[in-house]
Amino acid sequence: MARFEARVEITHLPGIADPQGATIERALPALGYENVTEVHVGKSIRLVVDAPDADAARAEVLEMCERLLANPVIEAYTVTVSASRATPA
Amino acid sequence: MSATVGVVQFPGTNCELDVQRAVRSLGGDAELLWHADATVDGVDAVVVPGGFAHGDYLRTGAIARFSPVMDAVAAFAADGGPVVGICNGFQVLTEAGLLPGALQKNAGLKFLCMTVSVRIETTDSVLTSSCRVGEELSIPINHFEGNYVCDTATLDRLVTEDRVVFRYVDNPNGSLDDIAGICNETRNVVGLMPHPERASDTMLGSADGAMLLRSLLAAAELPGRMVG
Repeated sequence: MARFEARVEITHLPGIADPQGATIERALPALGYENVTEVHVGKSIRLVVDAPDADAARAEVLEMCERLLANPVIEAYTVTVSASRATPA
Repeated sequence: MSATVGVVQFPGTNCELDVQRAVRSLGGDAELLWHADATVDGVDAVVVPGGFAHGDYLRTGAIARFSPVMDAVAAFAADGGPVVGICNGFQVLTEAGLLPGALQKNAGLKFLCMTVSVRIETTDSVLTSSCRVGEELSIPINHFEGNYVCDTATLDRLVTEDRVVFRYVDNPNGSLDDIAGICNETRNVVGLMPHPERASDTMLGSADGAMLLRSLLAAAELPGRMVG
């Protein structure tokens, strides 16, 4: 077993309204940032997984996304896996 | 014998006693179903009430759908039992896959607590059998995530199959196609954002919700369904 750090980034699916992103986009010009578009607000979840290898860790985190971490009806997600500096317990 | 409505109670649920009281005021019986007990034995209908189940952590309803009672609720629904999700309960039922779509943050990013008009769009559901199509009911909403969304194919199906049960007369939250409530294919599972239990007595400002709860009690009393 090895230890991996996974980072899950959850965003709205294209076409699903993102009221928080839209509100921030409307607020930025008030600070002088007139050049900003496409503001999106999502979630970032970090976790540490023990798995035989990086592919196995990634597959397991993708399954977690499908079953709990994201709602596939409205959310898209990306998973990044890297070796952890910590050693397995 | 009067029908017994099981009212699911998660940690963070806060409308269970209101539902229980409203059901009892209409002559039904109501008992609380603790989320950690994997059974709905002995009830004739299930209400998943409003609140903040499991603190609404991660997403509304995301953790609640894994509570042991939800498998029993799903089996009860599959068996034809009447199941109604109110507000947070609606969110839980969508997360559990008992109803399609999802509930997003309100378009205006405001928590909405107000009485709204909702129009009955079909009487072919366990919650609206005592109503008339086109009738407008005055019922409170109380939510931050009531903005119903689903993909185009799902919306087409909901509309074609007459499964939009309620629409807002004046859309308060950006909900797709003004949807305030929907039902499943077999019409025994209904989810809605408005709170009928808070409009169950004229003393509360409106008794329009009582009509919905009476429909539910009528469905609960129907014989022929396997119970337990």
